Amino acid sequence: MIFELIPSTLRMATPLGFASLAGIYSERSGVINLALEGMMLIGAFGYVVGTQLSGSTWIGLLVGIGFGVMFALLHAVATITFQAEQIVTGIAINILALGITEFLAPTPEQVGGLPHWKLPFIGTYNFLVYLLPILMVVSHILLFKTPWGLRLRAAGESTEALAAMSLSRSKWQYVGVLLSGVLAGIAGCFLASEVHYFTKGMTAGRGYLALAAVIFGNWRPLSGVAACCLFGFATALELANRWNIPVQLLHSLPYILTMVVLAGFVGKSRPPASLGKIES
Amino acid sequence: MSNFSREIERLLNIRKAITSLLKSRTSQAGIPIAIRVWGKNLFVNCVPPLLAIFGFFILCGVVLLIQGQSPLEFYSIILVSAFSSFDDFGYVLFNATPLIFTGLAVAIAYRSGLFNIGCEGQLYSAAFAAAWIGIHLNLPAFLLIPLCIVSAMIAGAGWSAIPGFLKARYGAHEVINTIMMNFIAFALMNYLATSVYQEPGQMIPQTSQIYEAARLPRLGSLLPILPHSNPLNLSFLFACACVVLCYIFLTYTRWGYELRLLGNAHDVAAYGGINPRAVTVWVMALSGAVAGLAGVAEVLGYRYRFLDNFSSGWGFTGIAVALLGRNNPFGIFAAAVLFGLLNKVALDIEILLEIRRGIFLAGQGVLIIWLVCTEGILRKRT
Repeated sequence: MIFELIPSTLRMATPLGFASLAGIYSERSGVINLALEGMMLIGAFGYVVGTQLSGSTWIGLLVGIGFGVMFALLHAVATITFQAEQIVTGIAINILALGITEFLAPTPEQVGGLPHWKLPFIGTYNFLVYLLPILMVVSHILLFKTPWGLRLRAAGESTEALAAMSLSRSKWQYVGVLLSGVLAGIAGCFLASEVHYFTKGMTAGRGYLALAAVIFGNWRPLSGVAACCLFGFATALELANRWNIPVQLLHSLPYILTMVVLAGFVGKSRPPASLGKIES
Repeated sequence: MSNFSREIERLLNIRKAITSLLKSRTSQAGIPIAIRVWGKNLFVNCVPPLLAIFGFFILCGVVLLIQGQSPLEFYSIILVSAFSSFDDFGYVLFNATPLIFTGLAVAIAYRSGLFNIGCEGQLYSAAFAAAWIGIHLNLPAFLLIPLCIVSAMIAGAGWSAIPGFLKARYGAHEVINTIMMNFIAFALMNYLATSVYQEPGQMIPQTSQIYEAARLPRLGSLLPILPHSNPLNLSFLFACACVVLCYIFLTYTRWGYELRLLGNAHDVAAYGGINPRAVTVWVMALSGAVAGLAGVAEVLGYRYRFLDNFSSGWGFTGIAVALLGRNNPFGIFAAAVLFGLLNKVALDIEILLEIRRGIFLAGQGVLIIWLVCTEGILRKRT
């Protein structure tokens, strides 16, 4: 019974996983990223448009990532260079992405999906499903075992630490936010590649859910992706709908759990110390 | 006696010296200081939003020009669609009504340094509470309408007080929690509207209609200039009253002062004997109550029932409204009318020019980003 749900769990968890890694890079560098939703949406849009125009899904993937990075750049310029309110900018980017993709809506024409790879014992999945655990481990090592990661995290922990090392905090924040755009773009491409269409507002709150997973996983890649698997499982249960549990309860479970964790009832939630702080 | 008169003379001389000193300072540029400060504030508060609105329309025109359509036609359709009759303008104000409430809700929280991103969830829970009372209690109008409004405000306040409490007690960030509460509200209301209170024999996720007594009269039945079909209703007047009340509350009451002090100088407020935790909770509750009125406007004023997913992002537009209105109640009123106008016009633009309404949404995003950037730059300068 549980095993039957594994494929759909993986399919639900993968876009969340990429988006939550995106959130982790940005938030570890001290920039609140509510724009994940918009970056994913524009990534999905880029994938569909790129694939339609070029005929190649790989180019679609590149265009999707490119669009994600463009929106990340917008977020970065507004919040880091112009010191705009990060929360409001994030929401504005979500609104902008929703508007642009509706205004320039691509023709409702089916596009091909990214290649599926068959692995022994595991099954046949989109290759991005296999890429996620690799990226997760790489991110963990990068963030916590290398000087590069130390500097990125320093940008989020203390406004003075990098200055003391005569490094620029804004440069590291740019790195964090742009990486976040790459990963959120991939998440969007995965969504579009699985359903073969672009529909208005197709991310349907997944960006916010990924952000919840970031908090649930205490801003760490391994536990963040694990949280995504949990949330993906809840969604898979909801879709299977075989028990007499109201689907809405399953649907809101990730959000309730996140609130419980954030309040510190279970474990200790410790966000980066200078998250959202603006350098003066 | 002579001693006394000498004393008086001395005091008068001092007074004369002080007044001449004050006069010399105030008349430096020919304008008293108070007016100069006020003028500077007016400049800082009005110019960026006006530029943003101007830029918004220019941007839309440029996009259309690139697409090979005539921007002039676009502008003329906007003017005709919004201002050609009282009926049309009534629709504009009708669309603005919920945005006034959500804009005020966001601003109340923001003035105390809190972000209420959860207006959407608050107005849903409030709308459901209003509908529930309106369906189940058969009372005369003068009792039922206030009861519906109060219960809706309580529901909205309760929904937002939870993030407020979690912030005050456990330091959990209210932004994340209000977003989470949004999704929980969507799920809960969807459950209630599809499984428990769904109108019998209907596939649409909606409740049955509320009693006639709970419905707010349309202004068309009171004013001869508006046709009866116009959906503008009494809730718009509530919104106007709410604007004035919010202004008085924020500017002239002790609570408004505490709220603003907490937002401007958190430590000073705490040192001055204000309890930041208590203020956080009641500010969030108040903000949610005001957001809830947007739900009241929908249920009692327009649809007369709770329909799942009725709001088209009013809670999020409320953020743009508050920002454009510089968190000032009267500014918010003007900004809400502008956004109401865009919503009204979007339909005509879609039909007449075959331009998707996404252009307004995208423009709205650009407008918000521009506004927060100018705010950031101004903050940097000062």
